[in-house]
Amino acid sequence: MDQLLQQLINGLAWGAIYALIALGYTMVYGVLRLINFAHGDVYMVGAMMAYYLAHWLGFAVAPSTIGFVIVLTSSMLICGALGALIELVAYRPLRNRPRMSMLITAIGVSMLLEFGGQRVFGPDPKFFPQLIESRSLFKAGAVVLTNIDLLVICVSLFLMVVLRFIVLRTKIGLAVRAVSFSFETSSLMGINVNTVISVTFVIGSALAAAAGAMVGLRNPKIEPLMGVLPGVKAFVAAVLGGIGNFPGAVVGGLVMGVTETLVAAYFSSTYRDAVAFVILIVVLLVRPAGLFGKVTVEKV
Amino acid sequence: MLTIRNLHVRYGAVHALQGVSLTVAAGEIVTLIGSNGAGKSTLLRAISGLHRPSAGEILWKGAAQIETLAPHRIVALGLCHVPEGRQVFANLTVRENLDLGAYQRKDKAEIREGIERAYTLFPILKERQQQLSGTLSGGEQQMLAIARALMARPELLLLDEPSLGLAPLVVQTIFKVIQEINAQGTTILLVEQNAHMALRIAQRGYVLQTGKIVLEDSGKNLLNSPEVRAAYLGD
Ligand SMILES: Nc1ncnc2c1ncn2[C@@H]1O[C@H](COP(=O)(O)OP(=O)(O)O)[C@@H](O)[C@H]1O
Ligand SMILES: [Mg+2]
Repeated sequence: MDQLLQQLINGLAWGAIYALIALGYTMVYGVLRLINFAHGDVYMVGAMMAYYLAHWLGFAVAPSTIGFVIVLTSSMLICGALGALIELVAYRPLRNRPRMSMLITAIGVSMLLEFGGQRVFGPDPKFFPQLIESRSLFKAGAVVLTNIDLLVICVSLFLMVVLRFIVLRTKIGLAVRAVSFSFETSSLMGINVNTVISVTFVIGSALAAAAGAMVGLRNPKIEPLMGVLPGVKAFVAAVLGGIGNFPGAVVGGLVMGVTETLVAAYFSSTYRDAVAFVILIVVLLVRPAGLFGKVTVEKV
Repeated sequence: MLTIRNLHVRYGAVHALQGVSLTVAAGEIVTLIGSNGAGKSTLLRAISGLHRPSAGEILWKGAAQIETLAPHRIVALGLCHVPEGRQVFANLTVRENLDLGAYQRKDKAEIREGIERAYTLFPILKERQQQLSGTLSGGEQQMLAIARALMARPELLLLDEPSLGLAPLVVQTIFKVIQEINAQGTTILLVEQNAHMALRIAQRGYVLQTGKIVLEDSGKNLLNSPEVRAAYLGD
């Protein structure tokens, strides 16, 4: 029982991370019908930026919560800009080409970030500074809830609430939903579609960066290929929830995190990474539109 | 108000508009009739910036050349296009569709006035305001599409086949409202296959045939013209 509770806490923390990344996949898919394969690597850049910022700004030697907040938000801003840049340079010129061109370019961007990352950041793992000292907040038998777990879950929740507010209650959010439906009709409303697409990339990439920075606190070993697996898993989470569906991405991420943690704990940790693929296959076989997705006609 | 000179539009090898010239003066209802595939929608799409012409010019208020502007810039100049097939945002509510129409407007009070005006013109939209627009009937969707365009307070409204696929009674309602909108000061360029209805409410009309204007006259004269009667009015 204790072990189960402990694994649920772990799973939820990982699930929150996956959910944040999955939201970016789903947002971009919503407006461009593109699986942005580079998204997992933006998460890696988020962790790296947080690492360097922590050192440059001196928080690595003088840890503090406020320091972490500054590092987190700066990394989100930088990666937001990176996301917008990727869209502008790599995807926008291909907007009116067959969608396959954009998809292949996304794989190219992903490789660029991975191997460029090895070049720029160095291929060896770095150790993320302990910006917030880990301590247990709550202990019952063998179950420990650390402040880091709680922070990851709360910050993720907060960002999701903010995102929900933006999408459902603001003008730019309304524009994002309109653009998801039709570029042409949106432009006839006076919406600058390019701006809205950029904003979508900024938000999605910033969420991935937040995930990257928070992962650094829990699993301090970071390296340029760290985005590959979480990227795949978050993508599967988005598909599981129904790609294009926001609540679906969150639920999908949590299910993914909890499932793989439980599998690792009760079967074997070697199967941990296989869970994502099993889920993907099952979803595609049983319910291709995902848990919350509607079967929709492909946008032309 | 709007002057089009020698406009050419191509889709790859298809030469859809072959030197179209046309004018719309402030306050008019001008109609453009023509059979399916004549190039009517193409003309509206060129005006609103959805498709860039290969030659010719589109002049707005005599001076500004707008044929290279992006669609959202053209909306800012006061031209609004109600596209063929209504194109309401089916995933959004009626009210959200109307809000999108006012996307470039800042003044909250004016937007509220615009919404009131829309509900006065089309009372059914008020009843349906929280409903997803995809659940509306075809006629209601057309009303929403027009109301949504009016939210931008256009000086010129481009309407692409508002009667398409609608029951005669609904068409009458919509044409009545088009006249009302015009009476309230909005200039209208109306594209129709339903030549009879369109020519009855238009001051002037153009007949488009495979990418060229073949006739141009007052609405009344076109209604009585033997060529038009034979080709478009089923006489
Ligand atoms: N996207 C497109 N690609 C290629 N040809 C097109 C496209 N849209 C329209 N056309 C062609 O241009 C011509 C005019 O079409 P359109 O403007 O839609 O006519 P109308 O609105 O009068 O029915 C037709 O021959 C049509 O087949
Ligand atoms: Mg047409």
